[in-house]
Amino acid sequence: MATATFKIWRGDASGGEYRDYTAEFDQGMVVLDVLHHIQAEQAGDLAIRWNCKAGKCGSCSAEINGKPRLMCMTRMSTLPVDEPITIQPMQTFPIIRDLVTDVSSNFKMKRSIKKFKPRPPDTEDGAWLMDQQDVERVQEFRKCIECFLCQDVCHVLREHHMHDEFIGPRHLVYAAALEMHPLDTEDRVADLKKLHGAGYCNITKCCTKVCPEHITITDNAIIPLKERIADEFYDPVTKLFRIFQPKKK
Amino acid sequence: MAEFTTFEHDVLVIGAGGAGLRAAIEASACGCRVGLVCKSLLGKAHTVMAEGGMAAALANVDERDGWRVHFADTMRGGQYLNNWRMAELHAKEAPDRVRELESWGAVFDRTKEGRILQRNFGGHQYPRLAHVGDRTGLEMIRTLQDHGIHQGIDVHMEVTVVTLLKDGQRIAGALGYDRERGRFRLYRAGAVILATGGIGKAFKVTSNSWEYTGDGHALAYDAGADLKDMEFVQFHPTGMVWPLSVRGILVTEGVRGEGGVLRNSEGRRFMFDDIPDLYKNQTADNEEEGWRYVIGDKNARRPPELLTRDHVARCIVREIKAGRGSPHGGVYLDIGWIKEKISNAEEHIKKKLPSMHHQFKQLAGVDITREPMEVGPTTHYVMGGIDVDGDTQMSTVPGLFAAGECAAGLHGANRLGGNSLSDLVVFGKRAGEYAAKFAKEHGQPTVDQGQADDAMRDSLAPFDRAAESGAENPYEIQHTLQDLMQNNVGIVRNEEEMAAALDGIAKLRGRAKHASAHGHREYNPGWHTCVDLNNLLTVAEGVARSALERTESRGAHFREDHPEKVSDWGQWNLILRKGTDGAMQIERRRIAERPAELTTIIEEMK
Ligand SMILES: Cc1cc2nc3c(=O)[nH]c(=O)nc-3n(C[C@H](O)[C@H](O)[C@H](O)COP(=O)(O)OP(=O)(O)OC[C@H]3O[C@@H](n4cnc5c(N)ncnc54)[C@H](O)[C@@H]3O)c2cc1C
Ligand code: SF4
Ligand code: SF4
Ligand code: FES
Repeated sequence: MATATFKIWRGDASGGEYRDYTAEFDQGMVVLDVLHHIQAEQAGDLAIRWNCKAGKCGSCSAEINGKPRLMCMTRMSTLPVDEPITIQPMQTFPIIRDLVTDVSSNFKMKRSIKKFKPRPPDTEDGAWLMDQQDVERVQEFRKCIECFLCQDVCHVLREHHMHDEFIGPRHLVYAAALEMHPLDTEDRVADLKKLHGAGYCNITKCCTKVCPEHITITDNAIIPLKERIADEFYDPVTKLFRIFQPKKK
Repeated sequence: MAEFTTFEHDVLVIGAGGAGLRAAIEASACGCRVGLVCKSLLGKAHTVMAEGGMAAALANVDERDGWRVHFADTMRGGQYLNNWRMAELHAKEAPDRVRELESWGAVFDRTKEGRILQRNFGGHQYPRLAHVGDRTGLEMIRTLQDHGIHQGIDVHMEVTVVTLLKDGQRIAGALGYDRERGRFRLYRAGAVILATGGIGKAFKVTSNSWEYTGDGHALAYDAGADLKDMEFVQFHPTGMVWPLSVRGILVTEGVRGEGGVLRNSEGRRFMFDDIPDLYKNQTADNEEEGWRYVIGDKNARRPPELLTRDHVARCIVREIKAGRGSPHGGVYLDIGWIKEKISNAEEHIKKKLPSMHHQFKQLAGVDITREPMEVGPTTHYVMGGIDVDGDTQMSTVPGLFAAGECAAGLHGANRLGGNSLSDLVVFGKRAGEYAAKFAKEHGQPTVDQGQADDAMRDSLAPFDRAAESGAENPYEIQHTLQDLMQNNVGIVRNEEEMAAALDGIAKLRGRAKHASAHGHREYNPGWHTCVDLNNLLTVAEGVARSALERTESRGAHFREDHPEKVSDWGQWNLILRKGTDGAMQIERRRIAERPAELTTIIEEMK
């Protein structure tokens, strides 16, 4: 057992402060374990959001020593414990209480993206045929656990608060998964430009760096979407060509 | 009295995992106003954690598969205590539900021909599990969520339901509070569907999250519904054992499906040492044949690592007790060894089991492509639950339906891996359809304000007790209960220990009356824990009582004082009901007679 000091942000929408808690931990423990001990023994009302404790649900996002991370996947052994460990809620979203933020804007953004619309089934029993190779591209995007850490770190949302104009990296990944889905027949490109503000992203790649699922958000999702937008809106030749070609094979 | 806001729905769905989402989508498609309530954010329910796959006899990998084989496998796995009608419907309808997910955007792994790929899993005769690497549950819940948000369903996130409301005999709605602000909400609804999942938090070592406090089981029980088969709790054979803080986190059966083998400290593949008679014909008797099965040789029988979970878990316990365990009290699960057989093993493992690779690397510092994992049993799933009609999913309370893990019947004494995800969509859909029908036929009920007032008063009581001298810490009561259940009603059971558990539960009930919460109602986990405690105590008592009553060993229920399977017990389900005096009553109920056609299938497949 070793001991560490945690500076945990306590408060609500009206304001708050960092409070110090000292707790013991084993080497195998993750930050969430230690917070649970603090909750059980010292601060029964410490608000934390979590579910799976295995990096699968994306509930326990917070900022640990200033870095956006999943608390359940951050091992104590990876943190310096000679200084206090700072834990604060994600800064991009409104505070509810302590480490819990109001991420509901994300659910609204998602609903504004047109849903999946498949081509008719390929076989008589209502199934589709797809190559593993072709599905892998979207499977990468579909790994997303909706932890919203990428939204938290994106400066367009974090510093410029453009929640109404820009859907953020998570939802660009979502849109990319739909657009590149081998069966999808919907067109979302105009929406992405006009409604979803894809142009606000200036490819800083901060989102990619924090993604716990290692989705290459910028290179594989955002840049190809930007290319589609450019093709459709700024390149009349490509655009004409597209009109006479089915959008996807 | 405390204030509340009222919401009106035709159908109220409690729970937004696979079962709840599918039910809500269906009820909404039937033209109902649907409310969907969940304790967490949308998309975070337990279903998101499911790894290995969903079982459906698509016959994409082995054309010999079909609903009859799937049905027979499910019944054999459940040791014939299953609701045979549910097992039949499930086997018949699962393929359509899988294809439906695909039509809503799910992207499963593919066969060479471009169809949905299926993998091997314990107790399934043929490769049957549609999957996406080892994150199938995420694929399912996201697909349903992304489809569901466009269906006009009213979603109430982070709301805990504390009681069901009744209008005479029939259901009238529910009362809950929002976790963010602690404000009460009253839902009036013509029909209510429970899809609240399981009870794992009644035990210390579990793969389940804080949500699994048996709420739906307890809500239904308190509303007068019957619970069934509560003695059958599945201990998954492979949970992580080290480091201590991750003890219980699941290691998917998919590892064994991909060729992973179990060894003891002497390096022996101990699963070959004890193969039950029911499975002798289907199980390989040497390592070479087992491997041939893994790589798809249709003439080979499956390796003993893929026997049913109850059996594998007990073999592991046997090895550990005999002193042949691993350093941290488990056994070894080795997938890295397949490099002896295939050249690109490392890549293959990372591709087929990416989240296992990540989980071990990140949490235990183990590279599973090179080193064996240390694993041991973990509380995983409850086969028992709310007793429902096989076709409609209605409970014994009119207008109250249940689907998914909180409902009983499909799995009998032991669930096969992969049969839960398919259960969720098959019976979620049915529950949605029949609840909509019920709501339309019966109209809106009347809500009795007094029931709501009582529930609000009880829920707020923990705050009033904070200043009392005997105030109790709810977390401590919860931990004591978990230890008690783990030690006395676990994998290996006997009369003495279970009687002690019942005593202990009664005492904890007394203490829970003094559980107190500090501070205010906004996102206060201490308070939430106080509220959940009563549910946990109810399900813990239900498990212990039923387990004590069943004086035989069958499926997941093993009694060292009654180690044999008793054929007469194969005729009976155990039913729990709340008596008029408030005490738990237990009763045996004979299993309905099976149609000859289904019996023939079972016999033919033996
Ligand atoms: C780690 C892991 C891996 C698994 N892998 C597989 C697999 O590969 N294949 C397979 O078939 N099965 C698997 N299972 C089992 C399967 O995932 C679950 O049984 C299934 O997902 C349960 O789904 P559900 O819809 O019944 O409930 P859940 O998905 O658990 O949803 C329950 C819902 O009810 C809500 N709720 C609960 N109580 C209340 C309340 N009081 N008020 C309001 N809302 C409430 C919760 O918030 C949640 O939304 C796995 C389970 C685990 C834990
Ligand atoms: S790359 Fe774009 S989306 Fe990602 S953080 Fe930078 S600006 Fe935001
Ligand atoms: S893309 Fe990555 S960082 Fe963003 S929400 Fe999804 S998993 Fe989290
Ligand atoms: S608790 Fe699920 S990701 Fe951390």
